[in-house]
Amino acid sequence: MASTLDVSYDTRIPNNVGLGQDRKVLKALEKWHPGYIDWWNKLIPQNFQNSMVYLRTAVSVDPKGWTKFDYVKMPEYRWGVLLAPQVEERTIPFGEHKGKPAWQEVPGEYRNMLKRLIVIQGDTEPGSVEQQRFLGLTAPSLYDLRNLFQVNVEEGRHLWAMVYLLQKYFGKDGREEADDLLRRSSGSDEAPRMLGAFNEETPDWLSFFMFTYFTDRDGKMQLESLAQSGFDPLSRTCRFMITEEAHHMFVGETGVGRVVQATLDAMNKAGISDPNDIANVRDLGVIDLPTIQKKLNLHYTLSLDLFGQEVSTNAANAFNAGIKGRFMEHRIKDDHQLTNDSYTVKNIADGKIVEEEVPALTAVNMRLRDDYIRDASGGVGRWNKAIKKAGFDFQLTVPHEAFHRQIGVFASIKADPNGNIITNDQWEAGKNEWLPTLEDGTFIQSLMKPCYEPGQYASWIAAPKVGIDNKPGDFEFVKLHMA
Amino acid sequence: MSAPIDFRVDATAYRHWQVEYDGAVATLSMNVDESGGLFEGYELKLNSYDLGVDIELNDIVQRMRFEHPEVKVVVLRSGKDNVFCAGANIRMLGGAEHSHKVNFCKFTNETRNAFEAAAVDSGQQYIAAVKGACAGGGYELALACNYIMLTDDSTSAVGLPEVPLLAVLPGTGGLTRITDKRKVRRDLADIFCSIEEGVKGQRAKDWKLVDEVVSNSTFDETVRERATIFASSSNKPDVESGIRLKKLERNITENNVSWSTINVEIDRAGRKATFHLKGPTEAAPSSMETFQAQSDQAYLLRLCRELEDAILHMRFNEMDIGLWVFSTQGDAKLLAEHESLLSENAEHWLANEVRQYWKRTLKRLDVTSRSLVALVEHGSCYAGILAEILFAVDRTYMMEDEFEDDDRSLATITLTDANFGPFPMANELTRLQTRFIGEPELVESASAHKGAQIDAAKAHELGLVTIILDDIDWEDEIRIFMEERASFSPDALTGMEANLRFAGPETMETRIFGRLTAWQNWIFNRPNAVGSEGALQRYGTGVRGNFDFERV
Repeated sequence: MASTLDVSYDTRIPNNVGLGQDRKVLKALEKWHPGYIDWWNKLIPQNFQNSMVYLRTAVSVDPKGWTKFDYVKMPEYRWGVLLAPQVEERTIPFGEHKGKPAWQEVPGEYRNMLKRLIVIQGDTEPGSVEQQRFLGLTAPSLYDLRNLFQVNVEEGRHLWAMVYLLQKYFGKDGREEADDLLRRSSGSDEAPRMLGAFNEETPDWLSFFMFTYFTDRDGKMQLESLAQSGFDPLSRTCRFMITEEAHHMFVGETGVGRVVQATLDAMNKAGISDPNDIANVRDLGVIDLPTIQKKLNLHYTLSLDLFGQEVSTNAANAFNAGIKGRFMEHRIKDDHQLTNDSYTVKNIADGKIVEEEVPALTAVNMRLRDDYIRDASGGVGRWNKAIKKAGFDFQLTVPHEAFHRQIGVFASIKADPNGNIITNDQWEAGKNEWLPTLEDGTFIQSLMKPCYEPGQYASWIAAPKVGIDNKPGDFEFVKLHMA
Repeated sequence: MSAPIDFRVDATAYRHWQVEYDGAVATLSMNVDESGGLFEGYELKLNSYDLGVDIELNDIVQRMRFEHPEVKVVVLRSGKDNVFCAGANIRMLGGAEHSHKVNFCKFTNETRNAFEAAAVDSGQQYIAAVKGACAGGGYELALACNYIMLTDDSTSAVGLPEVPLLAVLPGTGGLTRITDKRKVRRDLADIFCSIEEGVKGQRAKDWKLVDEVVSNSTFDETVRERATIFASSSNKPDVESGIRLKKLERNITENNVSWSTINVEIDRAGRKATFHLKGPTEAAPSSMETFQAQSDQAYLLRLCRELEDAILHMRFNEMDIGLWVFSTQGDAKLLAEHESLLSENAEHWLANEVRQYWKRTLKRLDVTSRSLVALVEHGSCYAGILAEILFAVDRTYMMEDEFEDDDRSLATITLTDANFGPFPMANELTRLQTRFIGEPELVESASAHKGAQIDAAKAHELGLVTIILDDIDWEDEIRIFMEERASFSPDALTGMEANLRFAGPETMETRIFGRLTAWQNWIFNRPNAVGSEGALQRYGTGVRGNFDFERV
């Protein structure tokens, strides 16, 4: 069906779901729209709202060519409702209903479970925009500023996508939940975001890159498993969101990579061979590798927490119901029902980390986290290649999964980054070596000065290898409105 | 035999709760130790509870009244972030024997009734300060409080998800309190009880599920304010200090459990136990000041504590003992003197607490699912409070005339004011009113004999006892009755007795112990809940319950 590939711009809300014919849902969404615009306008500093940003907008859901780049003021961005094309005769790929036709309407018995998953996913999308709202003021380049805003508007669109599902399929309850997505706010005393990691500040650009690399990757894993859903509208929505999400991870991976590169270049130029010579490295106006490691430790562990309890009834229920699958479900060679399978999870017994076999159905979260850990290691390897190539004896590593955890079995113990269980005293003695300190934060903050000249980059970050949309490095990615 | 379930709690080492006392306001924080389950095989995640958690709560509620009479408001809150209380632990329920589930529910119901009634009985009000998920038994805890405050953080919700999630009922008063106490309209209640996610924010207030919805940023402050206001508007008299309830001394041997005033003798072959209650041996305290100085050793308080412990011990640890026989020995006149000190000083805080405690303990007896019989033997002391036992049990047998080789004083019964008001049953009638539900004039005639020692013939005439037997028939008649009783189906007996005991009007309490509990116990026996493919068994596996859809 070619028609669902193209996006209709004849309604206020660009879409490929025939909103023009679906008066009720259109009306509901249009009612929600002003609240959304209001949320956006209050969020990001006004001068950026009036700036012209070189953004991509989805004009189709055809993977071969779905975007168009142009200058746009963010509040005028066309946030649309876009679903990946429907797969003819798609069946439910896993769980007890495996093989039956995928649901095109919400099955009554799973209404609550589906709604909850969609609300939680939806809640993370605006959450990250809120966390990053002030970063524009300290952007290291117009290129990075554009990337930030691109990520922001697309997270905004992902909110739209979830809101569409709530409005279209969950009636009055869904509309109330959609309203609440705008009521909650990151770090708020009044109504905080649902998941802890989305109430943490994103205080600087290195945090932003770490966030997009590690935390958005959790988002990717969640979307991948929701893309398997037997509820077809959710599957199609998430499939298209993954396409956009890839760019966010690209921003994260190249962002951290460029920070590392700037450090390596500066050290080489100054003739510093010891990466742990922190004071002298910092004097060069770059972020030393040990501090980058600490930031990595923090964001990685916060992201692991997002996977929830290792053994989870909710995850088991959602899998069995055919609502939320596993990463790359179609590539896994098993019965996709997990009737007799087991899976190894870590647990704490007698003060030691042990492995236990549990029914695979209850370990769906754990499996997704294991997949995540593999997926997240790729970029770290590429950063290390650059370090090696520059001639330094230093490796960035992801810490052991027991380190610095607030959720799951490891929350009850203290462990060092190598996964050795340690005492509270040892933790207190070591934590400043492992996690960013106030002083580290102050140092990074001192580097966070805006650099708004086209083609110019702050001292602590290298220029990208290529610009966005194949534009040259000195392209004016944002035409700033500096009123 | 494994270690018995012990209801005597070390108040200095609660595992699951913290209590902070600050003048008239106490804050009770639920912070369940995940690995502190009473049995193996489950973790008490998300502030879920099992019997062990509830035993501590019961102890706290009790001590609040005796040890902290200065407290006028108790704020019940969670000691954990993001969750108030997730209710009874499902894996515990899934793994438990039917009999344990039933006993557990009964005990938790009794605890909730006790703190719910604390406002009226003792002037201690409970405020539930709900932040985070408050589901199932968690919301039932809140429902038993006198005032429910819910934070408006757009996530915290109250809910009764039992039906959709577990295929059982909110059986700790939930279904009853939303309609009978909070007067939630039945169709809204129907929605409320069918949705897993519960109801949050303003709607929870609109539907009367909570009393107040409070902005999240000012929640703690508003809770403090309410507590202070409730405390200052309370008409509970100021009491400087309470009395200490020390751990009960108890001795258990194979067939015997004994306390200072009670000895329970177990006849395993006959599946019966005899509760021997000893009357007072010392003169009644001359004043409440003396009583308070005697503290937890004052006879009527000690007896009540020991009787409660005996009831709970026998309910949970001796399941096969289906017949409880009550027997007293002592000086009825002396007992009546102990009692009259309390009734004459009913306004005294401690006298009041002891009387309220007796009310609760006698109610425990009313709802005990065992055949209950009382023997009024020569030398017995069924006066006032202890005479209430006669009207709580299913049958009474009384000795008539002198028995050979028995030089004890002839069996009599003494009625006092205690039998005509202060110790109502769950139906809010006295046991005598319930007994004579169709002949209220018989309550009057009994009342005319207040203070007198009523002998067997008179007691029979007044309808106070079931059967009077002389020396010739006593032993045999009673033996035959007991053997017959022991031969009947325990299930049928439980059902029969529970129906016959509660004549008269329904109250919220009788509906909880009768209607709600009975339905719950039926569901607890049905495959849809507890079968190998039932929802309760399958909870946590990810596989749904497989239901037989036939309506029964």
